[in-house]
Amino acid sequence: MTPKRKQRLFALLGIVVLAAIAVGLTLFALRANINLFFSPVQIAQGQAPLERQIRAGGLVKAGSVARDPQSLDVAFTVTDYVEEVEVAYSGILPDLFREGQGVVVVGELQSDGRIRADKVLARHDENYMPPEVAQALEEAGYSPADYQQKAEQVVKELEARAGFQPDEN
Amino acid sequence: MWAFIHKFGSPKWFYAISARLEPWCWALAALALGVGTLWGLAVAPADYQQGESFRIIYVHVPAALLAQSIFVAMALSGLVFMVWKIKVADMAATVMAPFGAMMTFAALFSGAVWGIPTWGTWWEWDARLTSMLILLFLYLGVIALRGAFARRDSGARAASLLALVGVINIPIIKYSVEWWYTLHQSATFTLTSRPAMPASMWLPLLIMLVGFYSFFTALTLARTRSEIVKREGDKRWVRALVDKEL
Repeated sequence: MTPKRKQRLFALLGIVVLAAIAVGLTLFALRANINLFFSPVQIAQGQAPLERQIRAGGLVKAGSVARDPQSLDVAFTVTDYVEEVEVAYSGILPDLFREGQGVVVVGELQSDGRIRADKVLARHDENYMPPEVAQALEEAGYSPADYQQKAEQVVKELEARAGFQPDEN
Repeated sequence: MWAFIHKFGSPKWFYAISARLEPWCWALAALALGVGTLWGLAVAPADYQQGESFRIIYVHVPAALLAQSIFVAMALSGLVFMVWKIKVADMAATVMAPFGAMMTFAALFSGAVWGIPTWGTWWEWDARLTSMLILLFLYLGVIALRGAFARRDSGARAASLLALVGVINIPIIKYSVEWWYTLHQSATFTLTSRPAMPASMWLPLLIMLVGFYSFFTALTLARTRSEIVKREGDKRWVRALVDKEL
Protein backbone atom coordinates (compact mmCIF):
# COMPACT_ATOMS: atom_id res chain seq x y z
CA MET A 1 0.00 0.00 0.00
CA THR A 2 1.55 3.28 -1.06
CA PRO A 3 1.68 6.15 1.48
CA LYS A 4 -0.79 8.11 -0.64
CA ARG A 5 -3.34 5.28 -0.62
CA LYS A 6 -2.85 4.79 3.11
CA GLN A 7 -3.48 8.48 3.65
CA ARG A 8 -6.68 8.36 1.60
CA LEU A 9 -7.87 5.26 3.45
CA PHE A 10 -7.35 6.84 6.87
CA ALA A 11 -8.92 10.13 5.78
CA LEU A 12 -12.05 8.28 4.60
CA LEU A 13 -12.26 6.10 7.69
CA GLY A 14 -11.81 9.25 9.79
CA ILE A 15 -14.76 10.91 8.05
CA VAL A 16 -16.92 7.83 8.67
CA VAL A 17 -15.91 7.62 12.35
CA LEU A 18 -16.61 11.33 12.92
CA ALA A 19 -19.99 11.06 11.19
CA ALA A 20 -20.81 8.00 13.26
CA ILE A 21 -19.97 9.87 16.48
CA ALA A 22 -22.14 12.80 15.39
CA VAL A 23 -25.07 10.52 14.57
CA GLY A 24 -24.55 8.57 17.79
CA LEU A 25 -24.63 11.72 19.94
CA THR A 26 -27.74 12.98 18.13
CA LEU A 27 -29.58 9.71 18.65
CA PHE A 28 -28.45 9.61 22.30
CA ALA A 29 -29.81 13.12 22.85
CA LEU A 30 -33.09 12.20 21.14
CA ARG A 31 -33.39 8.76 22.72
CA ALA A 32 -36.64 9.51 24.57
CA ASN A 33 -38.28 10.87 21.42
CA ILE A 34 -37.30 7.92 19.26
CA ASN A 35 -39.14 5.47 21.48
CA LEU A 36 -42.46 4.78 19.83
CA PHE A 37 -44.31 4.39 23.12
CA PHE A 38 -44.19 4.74 26.90
CA SER A 39 -44.17 1.57 28.94
CA PRO A 40 -46.46 1.30 32.00
CA VAL A 41 -43.39 1.72 34.25
CA GLN A 42 -42.57 5.04 32.58
CA ILE A 43 -46.20 6.16 32.92
CA ALA A 44 -46.22 5.20 36.61
CA GLN A 45 -43.04 7.22 37.11
CA GLY A 46 -44.77 10.22 35.59
CA GLN A 47 -42.66 10.44 32.45
CA ALA A 48 -45.66 10.62 30.12
CA PRO A 49 -47.43 13.98 29.68
CA LEU A 50 -51.08 14.26 30.73
CA GLU A 51 -53.89 15.02 28.25
CA ARG A 52 -51.65 15.08 25.21
CA GLN A 53 -51.57 12.42 22.57
CA ILE A 54 -49.10 9.74 23.56
CA ARG A 55 -48.51 6.10 22.77
CA ALA A 56 -48.36 3.46 25.46
CA GLY A 57 -47.21 -0.07 24.87
CA GLY A 58 -47.14 -3.35 26.70
CA LEU A 59 -49.03 -6.60 26.90
CA VAL A 60 -52.77 -6.98 27.34
CA LYS A 61 -53.15 -8.43 30.82
CA ALA A 62 -54.81 -11.85 30.82
CA GLY A 63 -58.42 -11.68 31.98
CA SER A 64 -58.59 -7.89 31.86
CA VAL A 65 -60.53 -7.38 28.62
CA ALA A 66 -64.09 -6.24 29.29
CA ARG A 67 -66.37 -5.60 26.30
CA ASP A 68 -69.61 -3.70 26.47
CA PRO A 69 -72.20 -5.96 24.76
CA GLN A 70 -74.26 -2.92 23.62
CA SER A 71 -71.49 -0.98 21.86
CA LEU A 72 -67.92 -1.15 20.58
CA ASP A 73 -66.58 0.04 23.94
CA VAL A 74 -63.85 -2.11 25.38
CA ALA A 75 -61.67 -1.72 28.46
CA PHE A 76 -58.46 -3.57 29.17
CA THR A 77 -55.25 -3.33 31.15
CA VAL A 78 -51.82 -2.96 29.59
CA THR A 79 -48.97 -4.36 31.65
CA ASP A 80 -45.20 -4.71 31.42
CA TYR A 81 -45.28 -7.22 34.29
CA VAL A 82 -44.22 -4.47 36.70
CA GLU A 83 -46.76 -1.67 36.38
CA GLU A 84 -50.19 -1.57 34.80
CA VAL A 85 -52.26 1.04 33.05
CA GLU A 86 -55.98 0.87 32.27
CA VAL A 87 -57.16 1.66 28.76
CA ALA A 88 -60.62 2.58 27.51
CA TYR A 89 -61.27 2.30 23.77
CA SER A 90 -64.21 2.49 21.45
CA GLY A 91 -63.79 0.97 18.02
CA ILE A 92 -62.71 -2.07 16.11
CA LEU A 93 -59.67 -3.89 17.44
CA PRO A 94 -57.03 -5.41 15.10
CA ASP A 95 -57.25 -9.14 14.38
CA LEU A 96 -54.20 -9.92 16.46
CA PHE A 97 -55.57 -8.21 19.57
CA ARG A 98 -56.00 -10.72 22.40
CA GLU A 99 -55.05 -11.24 26.01
CA GLY A 100 -51.33 -11.70 26.49
CA GLN A 101 -50.63 -9.99 23.15
CA GLY A 102 -48.40 -6.95 22.76
CA VAL A 103 -50.24 -3.74 21.87
CA VAL A 104 -49.50 -0.08 21.28
CA VAL A 105 -52.38 2.24 22.17
CA VAL A 106 -52.53 5.80 20.86
CA GLY A 107 -54.45 8.16 23.09
CA GLU A 108 -54.46 10.64 25.95
CA LEU A 109 -53.43 9.91 29.51
CA GLN A 110 -56.15 11.16 31.85
CA SER A 111 -55.43 12.61 35.28
CA ASP A 112 -56.92 9.48 36.89
CA GLY A 113 -54.12 7.43 35.31
CA ARG A 114 -56.28 5.81 32.65
CA ILE A 115 -55.70 6.12 28.93
CA ARG A 116 -58.50 7.07 26.58
CA ALA A 117 -57.37 5.43 23.35
CA ASP A 118 -58.12 6.67 19.83
CA LYS A 119 -56.34 3.80 18.15
CA VAL A 120 -55.13 0.36 19.20
CA LEU A 121 -52.33 -1.33 17.27
CA ALA A 122 -51.39 -4.95 17.80
CA ARG A 123 -47.72 -5.66 18.20
CA HIS A 124 -46.43 -8.94 16.87
CA ASP A 125 -43.64 -10.68 18.78
CA GLU A 126 -40.72 -12.50 17.20
CA ASN A 127 -42.23 -15.97 17.77
CA TYR A 128 -43.75 -17.90 14.90
CA MET A 129 -45.31 -21.33 15.12
CA PRO A 130 -47.89 -23.47 13.36
CA PRO A 131 -51.35 -23.62 15.03
CA GLU A 132 -50.83 -27.25 16.06
CA VAL A 133 -47.68 -26.39 17.99
CA ALA A 134 -49.39 -23.49 19.72
CA GLN A 135 -52.27 -25.78 20.69
CA ALA A 136 -49.88 -28.42 22.01
CA LEU A 137 -48.09 -25.79 24.07
CA GLU A 138 -51.37 -24.59 25.51
CA GLU A 139 -52.46 -28.13 26.34
CA ALA A 140 -49.16 -28.60 28.12
CA GLY A 141 -50.22 -25.58 30.19
CA TYR A 142 -47.59 -23.15 29.01
CA SER A 143 -49.02 -19.75 28.21
CA PRO A 144 -50.43 -18.58 31.60
CA ALA A 145 -47.45 -20.07 33.46
CA ASP A 146 -45.18 -18.29 31.05
CA TYR A 147 -46.82 -15.02 32.04
CA GLN A 148 -45.90 -15.43 35.73
CA GLN A 149 -42.44 -16.70 34.96
CA LYS A 150 -41.74 -13.77 32.69
CA ALA A 151 -43.12 -11.37 35.29
CA GLU A 152 -40.68 -12.58 37.93
CA GLN A 153 -37.83 -12.44 35.47
CA VAL A 154 -38.61 -8.87 34.43
CA VAL A 155 -38.96 -7.69 38.05
CA LYS A 156 -35.59 -9.23 38.90
CA GLU A 157 -34.00 -7.55 35.91
CA LEU A 158 -35.45 -4.19 36.84
CA GLU A 159 -34.35 -4.55 40.47
CA ALA A 160 -30.84 -5.45 39.38
CA ARG A 161 -30.81 -2.31 37.26
CA ALA A 162 -30.40 0.94 39.26
CA GLY A 163 -32.10 -0.43 42.39
CA PHE A 164 -35.62 -0.02 41.03
CA GLN A 165 -38.38 -0.86 43.56
CA PRO A 166 -41.78 -1.91 42.24
CA ASP A 167 -44.88 -0.97 44.25
CA GLU A 168 -46.05 -3.56 46.75
CA ASN A 169 -49.81 -3.26 46.42
CA MET B 1 -0.39 -8.03 0.07
CA TRP B 2 -2.79 -5.70 -1.72
CA ALA B 3 -1.93 -7.02 -5.17
CA PHE B 4 -5.11 -9.13 -5.37
CA ILE B 5 -7.20 -5.96 -5.41
CA HIS B 6 -5.45 -4.84 -8.56
CA LYS B 7 -5.71 -8.24 -10.16
CA PHE B 8 -9.41 -8.60 -9.37
CA GLY B 9 -9.89 -4.96 -10.34
CA SER B 10 -8.55 -5.41 -13.85
CA PRO B 11 -11.63 -5.06 -16.09
CA LYS B 12 -10.40 -7.73 -18.48
CA TRP B 13 -9.84 -10.29 -15.73
CA PHE B 14 -13.13 -9.41 -14.05
CA TYR B 15 -14.98 -9.74 -17.35
CA ALA B 16 -13.56 -13.22 -17.97
CA ILE B 17 -14.09 -14.58 -14.48
CA SER B 18 -17.62 -13.17 -14.09
CA ALA B 19 -18.64 -14.61 -17.45
CA ARG B 20 -17.81 -18.03 -16.06
CA LEU B 21 -19.50 -17.47 -12.68
CA GLU B 22 -22.67 -15.86 -13.96
CA PRO B 23 -24.57 -18.90 -15.38
CA TRP B 24 -24.10 -20.77 -12.09
CA CYS B 25 -25.50 -17.84 -10.13
CA TRP B 26 -28.53 -17.59 -12.44
CA ALA B 27 -29.15 -21.33 -12.17
CA LEU B 28 -28.90 -21.30 -8.37
CA ALA B 29 -31.18 -18.26 -8.19
CA ALA B 30 -33.84 -19.84 -10.42
CA LEU B 31 -33.74 -23.10 -8.49
CA ALA B 32 -33.81 -21.54 -5.01
CA LEU B 33 -36.46 -18.93 -5.86
CA GLY B 34 -38.66 -21.57 -7.49
CA VAL B 35 -38.37 -24.10 -4.67
CA GLY B 36 -38.52 -21.44 -1.93
CA THR B 37 -41.63 -19.74 -3.37
CA LEU B 38 -43.56 -23.00 -3.74
CA TRP B 39 -42.46 -24.27 -0.34
CA GLY B 40 -43.07 -21.01 1.45
CA LEU B 41 -46.44 -20.23 -0.12
CA ALA B 42 -47.95 -23.71 -0.37
CA VAL B 43 -46.19 -26.21 1.89
CA ALA B 44 -45.08 -24.32 5.02
CA PRO B 45 -47.69 -24.23 7.82
CA ALA B 46 -49.65 -21.06 8.57
CA ASP B 47 -48.84 -19.12 11.73
CA TYR B 48 -50.98 -19.67 14.84
CA GLN B 49 -51.73 -15.96 15.21
CA GLN B 50 -51.23 -14.27 11.84
CA GLY B 51 -52.64 -17.08 9.73
CA GLU B 52 -51.71 -16.99 6.06
CA SER B 53 -50.52 -13.37 6.04
CA PHE B 54 -47.29 -14.41 7.75
CA ARG B 55 -46.14 -15.81 4.38
CA ILE B 56 -45.11 -12.29 3.39
CA ILE B 57 -42.02 -13.05 5.49
CA TYR B 58 -40.67 -15.10 2.57
CA VAL B 59 -40.36 -11.92 0.51
CA HIS B 60 -40.06 -9.30 3.23
CA VAL B 61 -37.08 -10.68 5.19
CA PRO B 62 -34.88 -11.54 2.16
CA ALA B 63 -35.64 -8.14 0.59
CA ALA B 64 -34.86 -6.23 3.80
CA LEU B 65 -31.67 -8.18 4.47
CA LEU B 66 -30.49 -7.85 0.88
CA ALA B 67 -31.26 -4.12 0.84
CA GLN B 68 -28.88 -3.64 3.77
CA SER B 69 -26.22 -6.02 2.42
CA ILE B 70 -26.21 -4.22 -0.94
CA PHE B 71 -25.68 -0.89 0.78
CA VAL B 72 -22.67 -2.26 2.69
CA ALA B 73 -21.31 -3.82 -0.52
CA MET B 74 -21.80 -0.50 -2.31
CA ALA B 75 -19.98 1.41 0.45
CA LEU B 76 -17.07 -1.06 0.43
CA SER B 77 -16.83 -0.78 -3.37
CA GLY B 78 -16.80 2.98 -2.91
CA LEU B 79 -13.96 2.70 -0.41
CA VAL B 80 -11.94 0.48 -2.74
CA PHE B 81 -12.58 2.93 -5.59
CA MET B 82 -11.59 5.98 -3.56
CA VAL B 83 -8.44 4.48 -2.03
CA TRP B 84 -7.10 2.24 -4.80
CA LYS B 85 -8.77 3.95 -7.80
CA ILE B 86 -10.11 0.62 -9.04
CA LYS B 87 -12.56 1.37 -11.85
CA VAL B 88 -14.37 -1.98 -11.62
CA ALA B 89 -15.26 -1.25 -8.00
CA ASP B 90 -17.01 1.95 -9.08
CA MET B 91 -18.80 0.14 -11.92
CA ALA B 92 -20.07 -2.47 -9.46
CA ALA B 93 -21.23 0.26 -7.05
CA THR B 94 -23.02 2.02 -9.92
CA VAL B 95 -25.03 -1.03 -10.95
CA MET B 96 -25.81 -2.14 -7.37
CA ALA B 97 -27.57 1.06 -6.33
CA PRO B 98 -30.84 0.78 -8.31
CA PHE B 99 -31.36 -2.86 -7.30
CA GLY B 100 -30.66 -1.98 -3.67
CA ALA B 101 -33.25 0.81 -3.84
CA MET B 102 -35.73 -1.65 -5.33
CA MET B 103 -35.14 -4.15 -2.53
CA THR B 104 -35.59 -1.41 0.09
CA PHE B 105 -38.87 -0.43 -1.53
CA ALA B 106 -39.93 -4.09 -1.67
CA ALA B 107 -39.20 -4.48 2.05
CA LEU B 108 -41.13 -1.30 2.93
CA PHE B 109 -44.06 -2.20 0.68
CA SER B 110 -44.38 -5.83 1.81
CA GLY B 111 -44.09 -4.65 5.42
CA ALA B 112 -46.91 -2.16 4.90
CA VAL B 113 -49.12 -4.84 3.32
CA TRP B 114 -48.40 -7.12 6.28
CA GLY B 115 -48.92 -4.30 8.77
CA ILE B 116 -52.54 -3.63 7.83
CA PRO B 117 -53.95 -6.99 9.03
CA THR B 118 -51.36 -7.59 11.74
CA TRP B 119 -50.78 -4.22 13.42
CA GLY B 120 -53.88 -2.42 12.25
CA THR B 121 -51.81 0.23 10.46
CA TRP B 122 -49.66 0.27 7.36
CA TRP B 123 -47.22 2.87 8.60
CA GLU B 124 -46.05 4.05 12.00
CA TRP B 125 -43.06 6.32 12.60
CA ASP B 126 -41.18 3.83 14.71
CA ALA B 127 -37.40 3.57 14.65
CA ARG B 128 -37.20 0.47 12.41
CA LEU B 129 -39.63 1.73 9.77
CA THR B 130 -38.16 5.24 9.75
CA SER B 131 -34.53 4.08 9.49
CA MET B 132 -35.52 1.80 6.61
CA LEU B 133 -37.18 4.76 4.85
CA ILE B 134 -33.95 6.72 5.37
CA LEU B 135 -32.10 3.83 3.68
CA LEU B 136 -34.35 4.27 0.63
CA PHE B 137 -33.59 8.01 0.57
CA LEU B 138 -29.86 7.27 0.90
CA TYR B 139 -30.04 4.95 -2.10
CA LEU B 140 -31.90 7.58 -4.12
CA GLY B 141 -29.35 10.17 -2.95
CA VAL B 142 -26.42 8.00 -4.08
CA ILE B 143 -28.04 7.45 -7.49
CA ALA B 144 -28.90 11.13 -7.92
CA LEU B 145 -25.49 12.37 -6.74
CA ARG B 146 -23.71 10.14 -9.23
CA GLY B 147 -25.73 11.64 -12.05
CA ALA B 148 -25.40 15.23 -10.86
CA PHE B 149 -21.83 15.80 -12.08
CA ALA B 150 -20.69 16.48 -15.62
CA ARG B 151 -17.47 14.52 -15.02
CA ARG B 152 -18.05 10.87 -14.22
CA ASP B 153 -15.11 10.73 -11.83
CA SER B 154 -16.48 13.55 -9.64
CA GLY B 155 -19.89 11.91 -9.49
CA ALA B 156 -18.33 8.58 -8.62
CA ARG B 157 -16.36 10.10 -5.75
CA ALA B 158 -19.34 12.01 -4.36
CA ALA B 159 -21.56 8.92 -4.55
CA SER B 160 -18.89 6.76 -2.89
CA LEU B 161 -18.52 9.23 -0.04
CA LEU B 162 -22.27 9.38 0.55
CA ALA B 163 -22.49 5.58 0.49
CA LEU B 164 -19.59 5.33 2.93
CA VAL B 165 -21.08 7.80 5.40
CA GLY B 166 -24.58 6.38 4.88
CA VAL B 167 -23.40 2.97 6.03
CA ILE B 168 -23.79 4.32 9.59
CA ASN B 169 -27.52 3.83 9.07
CA ILE B 170 -27.12 0.04 8.74
CA PRO B 171 -26.35 -0.73 12.42
CA ILE B 172 -29.11 1.72 13.35
CA ILE B 173 -31.61 -0.32 11.29
CA LYS B 174 -30.30 -3.57 12.75
CA TYR B 175 -30.41 -2.50 16.40
CA SER B 176 -33.37 -0.09 16.23
CA VAL B 177 -35.68 -2.79 17.61
CA GLU B 178 -33.38 -3.32 20.60
CA TRP B 179 -32.34 0.24 21.41
CA TRP B 180 -35.82 1.74 21.32
CA TYR B 181 -39.42 0.69 21.81
CA THR B 182 -40.76 0.01 18.34
CA LEU B 183 -43.89 -1.40 16.76
CA HIS B 184 -41.73 -3.73 14.69
CA GLN B 185 -40.84 -6.94 16.52
CA SER B 186 -37.25 -7.82 17.36
CA ALA B 187 -35.24 -10.34 15.37
CA THR B 188 -36.55 -13.89 15.10
CA PHE B 189 -33.16 -15.11 13.90
CA THR B 190 -29.92 -14.47 15.75
CA LEU B 191 -26.55 -16.11 15.42
CA THR B 192 -26.39 -16.94 19.12
CA SER B 193 -29.71 -18.63 19.88
CA ARG B 194 -32.15 -21.01 18.27
CA PRO B 195 -34.65 -19.36 15.91
CA ALA B 196 -38.03 -18.55 17.44
CA MET B 197 -39.61 -20.46 14.57
CA PRO B 198 -39.79 -24.17 13.69
CA ALA B 199 -37.71 -25.63 10.85
CA SER B 200 -40.81 -26.19 8.70
CA MET B 201 -41.10 -22.39 8.55
CA TRP B 202 -37.48 -21.23 8.42
CA LEU B 203 -36.15 -23.77 5.90
CA PRO B 204 -38.10 -22.22 2.98
CA LEU B 205 -36.99 -18.80 4.24
CA LEU B 206 -33.36 -19.89 4.11
CA ILE B 207 -33.87 -21.14 0.55
CA MET B 208 -35.48 -17.82 -0.41
CA LEU B 209 -32.48 -15.99 1.09
CA VAL B 210 -30.11 -18.09 -1.04
CA GLY B 211 -32.30 -17.31 -4.06
CA PHE B 212 -32.36 -13.55 -3.44
CA TYR B 213 -28.61 -13.35 -2.84
CA SER B 214 -27.69 -15.42 -5.90
CA PHE B 215 -30.09 -13.40 -8.03
CA PHE B 216 -28.37 -10.23 -6.83
CA THR B 217 -24.91 -11.70 -7.50
CA ALA B 218 -25.85 -12.82 -11.01
CA LEU B 219 -27.48 -9.47 -11.81
CA THR B 220 -24.49 -7.50 -10.49
CA LEU B 221 -22.02 -9.59 -12.49
CA ALA B 222 -24.08 -9.21 -15.66
CA ARG B 223 -24.60 -5.48 -15.26
CA THR B 224 -20.98 -4.84 -14.27
CA ARG B 225 -19.87 -6.61 -17.42
CA SER B 226 -22.10 -4.48 -19.61
CA GLU B 227 -20.81 -1.41 -17.73
CA ILE B 228 -17.23 -2.52 -18.53
CA VAL B 229 -18.07 -2.79 -22.24
CA LYS B 230 -19.72 0.63 -22.11
CA ARG B 231 -16.92 2.45 -20.31
CA GLU B 232 -13.91 0.59 -21.71
CA GLY B 233 -15.19 0.64 -25.29
CA ASP B 234 -11.95 2.17 -26.59
CA LYS B 235 -9.75 -0.64 -25.22
CA ARG B 236 -8.38 -3.09 -27.74
CA TRP B 237 -9.60 -6.23 -25.93
CA VAL B 238 -13.14 -4.84 -25.69
CA ARG B 239 -13.20 -3.99 -29.38
CA ALA B 240 -11.93 -7.44 -30.24
CA LEU B 241 -14.69 -8.88 -28.08
CA VAL B 242 -17.39 -6.78 -29.73
CA ASP B 243 -16.09 -7.61 -33.22
CA LYS B 244 -16.27 -11.29 -32.39
CA GLU B 245 -19.88 -10.96 -31.23
CA LEU B 246 -21.01 -9.06 -34.33
